[in-house]
Amino acid sequence: MTKPRLKLATCSLAGCFGCHMSILDLDERLIELFEHVTLDRSPLTDIKILGPCDIGIIEGGVANAENVHVLMEFRARCKVLVAMGACAINGGVPALRNQFDLKECLEESYLHGIALVDAQIPNDPEIPLLLDRVRPLHEVVKVDYFLPGCPPSADAIWTFINELLAGQPVALPYQQLHYD
Amino acid sequence: MSQEQSFTLDGQPVSFEDGQSIMVAARAAGIYIPHLCFNPEFKAHGSCRVCLTKVNGRIQASCATPAAAGQTVESETEELRDIRCGILQMMFVEGNHICPACEKSGACQLQAVAYYVGMLEPHYPHFYPRRTVDASHPDAVIDFNRCILCELCVRASRDVDGKNVFAVHGRGIHAHLVINTPSGRLGATTFSITDKAAQVCPTGTILIKHRGYESPIGRRLYDRQPVDVAGDVAQVPESQGGRRHD
Repeated sequence: MTKPRLKLATCSLAGCFGCHMSILDLDERLIELFEHVTLDRSPLTDIKILGPCDIGIIEGGVANAENVHVLMEFRARCKVLVAMGACAINGGVPALRNQFDLKECLEESYLHGIALVDAQIPNDPEIPLLLDRVRPLHEVVKVDYFLPGCPPSADAIWTFINELLAGQPVALPYQQLHYD
Repeated sequence: MSQEQSFTLDGQPVSFEDGQSIMVAARAAGIYIPHLCFNPEFKAHGSCRVCLTKVNGRIQASCATPAAAGQTVESETEELRDIRCGILQMMFVEGNHICPACEKSGACQLQAVAYYVGMLEPHYPHFYPRRTVDASHPDAVIDFNRCILCELCVRASRDVDGKNVFAVHGRGIHAHLVINTPSGRLGATTFSITDKAAQVCPTGTILIKHRGYESPIGRRLYDRQPVDVAGDVAQVPESQGGRRHD
């Protein structure tokens, strides 16, 4: 009689993994969570290939070509896509670089930075190309739900997941709604 | 004229005196209508549009609409919440509001009003405008990325401080805050952090130096109470996490 568990995938694009730390902050509630969901691709499982999923939760904004690829893959394979945290929602701290041209950013880091030896801008084909600007997820794909916070607290994540799994509209209590 | 006059706000009778706006009368009655450019110490400006209410079926800015006997005013409805949310979303995408990197976060009225209406996301594509930060003044920083053009600093500097330090230049989407000096730098003005203009900013545009992150997260003004309870940041004394000089 047990209900089949929903498939959940998570990933971090241009983020700091702080939102994933907040997921871990669920502590013992993770045990209850895994009675309802099973993890697919996620930094918590180390599964690399994304299968068809019910819910995809994405931390971080879109800063490079690989981010775009992963985000589009999540959108294609997840029924419900969630933007978690400030970076996924408005670009966050990485979007501070949008004040400058990409060339200026690269030169500042790799040519004019402190203590550089043989200064050069990295150009290895394995390094994903940077986008001209950091973008939030909803400017690249359709996003179904937004969970703000930097990071959202474990309590906010717990409220959100419970409302989502119960099919209720998402509404966070005042103490759990933060943009920082 | 001594006869008591009243209108109804969300079905509740609110009395008013001649010349009062719907906003002022509602505040006197202890009813919160979300707002940003309104400050009770200044003449209504009507620019932020967050205080929109439905007056006899027509949507109007409550700070700029005179109260009249028998008016039927709606404020806390789903329709108005959605409109206010849309206006706030446009403010957020029009500037660069990176809350995790802002000293005003937690005591920011823009943020607090967005929490009040339950804004979860910006909805619109971001402009990411390129604006400057002016740290030329020894005691204050002005970060133009966060300006919402409420003109409270313009009004305070002109009408209270008598210094006329700030102005808005340009029209429409090109409107932006400027400093009234040939160099355009705050450091070249007589601006002082004891000025009224230093106390009225509802966002993190005008910041006092050497005082960042004084209140820990969880104890900041709007961490403790929502804006409808805590009040405007410009009205709350500094000792209680606001910006008003004690």
